[in-house]
Amino acid sequence: MTAGAATVSAAVGRTPVPVEEYEEKAFGFWLYLMSDAIIFSLLFATYVVMVGNTAGGPSGKELFSLQRAAGETTLLLLSSSTFGFASVELARQNKSRVLLWLLVTALLGAGFLFLEYHEFSGMIAQGAGPDRSGFLSAFFTLVGTHGLHVSIGILWILVMLGQVLVKGLTLPVASRLARLGLFWHFLDIIWVAIFSVVYLPGLL
Amino acid sequence: MDVSGLPVERSIRPYLIGLTLAVILTAIPFALVATGALARFTTIVIIAVAAIIQILVHLGFFLHIGFRSTPRENLVAMAFAVVLIFFMVGGTLWIIFDLYHRMMV
Repeated sequence: MTAGAATVSAAVGRTPVPVEEYEEKAFGFWLYLMSDAIIFSLLFATYVVMVGNTAGGPSGKELFSLQRAAGETTLLLLSSSTFGFASVELARQNKSRVLLWLLVTALLGAGFLFLEYHEFSGMIAQGAGPDRSGFLSAFFTLVGTHGLHVSIGILWILVMLGQVLVKGLTLPVASRLARLGLFWHFLDIIWVAIFSVVYLPGLL
Repeated sequence: MDVSGLPVERSIRPYLIGLTLAVILTAIPFALVATGALARFTTIVIIAVAAIIQILVHLGFFLHIGFRSTPRENLVAMAFAVVLIFFMVGGTLWIIFDLYHRMMV
């Protein structure tokens, strides 16, 4: 190790690594998010095409609950904010606060999934599963894909909780947390589109 | 977001502003649907406008997308995705609803 690198390492408290590596990863993950946005937009287009095709089965007005949609929206919006607080504490290099806000974010995300699980299982129990009509196939595909993303996001948060605990707030860990943040905030944007396209017009 | 993609924001202020705006932009459409205060078409227009503004709020205050701060290639990738989404979603809805009307009328 050269004296210069050691100085940088000691001054920043991080291992000296070429920053280009993280620039590439940040850009690559951004490209993934853009392609994910295109996947979701086509699921939205499919839903809008299919929304009237209830095949004599229940429509959104009979199945959706405004209270539950509001609850899901609240949990996800709060979790997006608490992840923001975790990012701020990361920039401030406050490890225990990062852990705290990540944990709160994961719990809020789990609360969202709990509400969504109840919604899906309730619908399937009353015979309104994805096999009932084109409308319900499109609904479960769109909202289910978002729920799957949230599940993977929570899993990723748990993995990062472990990494922060074991490795501390090193540069690689900070870089992964930054990409996880992009992913989590992106999922909240998708949810804004879901309640604006699926739940609110469905309940009108 | 800076070039390295590492979090640099040291203040919770943008997140609190974003949260406040998002709550307002969520409460308006939910309240309109709950009360049914306005006509159906007006309500749908307000839902759409509130959603678009809220997405911009999320991009600005949560993802920290800015014309000066965000790397140019990220903005170009996003603009390209928006163009693709516009053509694919717009084209899908146009073609399928045109087909629907031709077959049903």
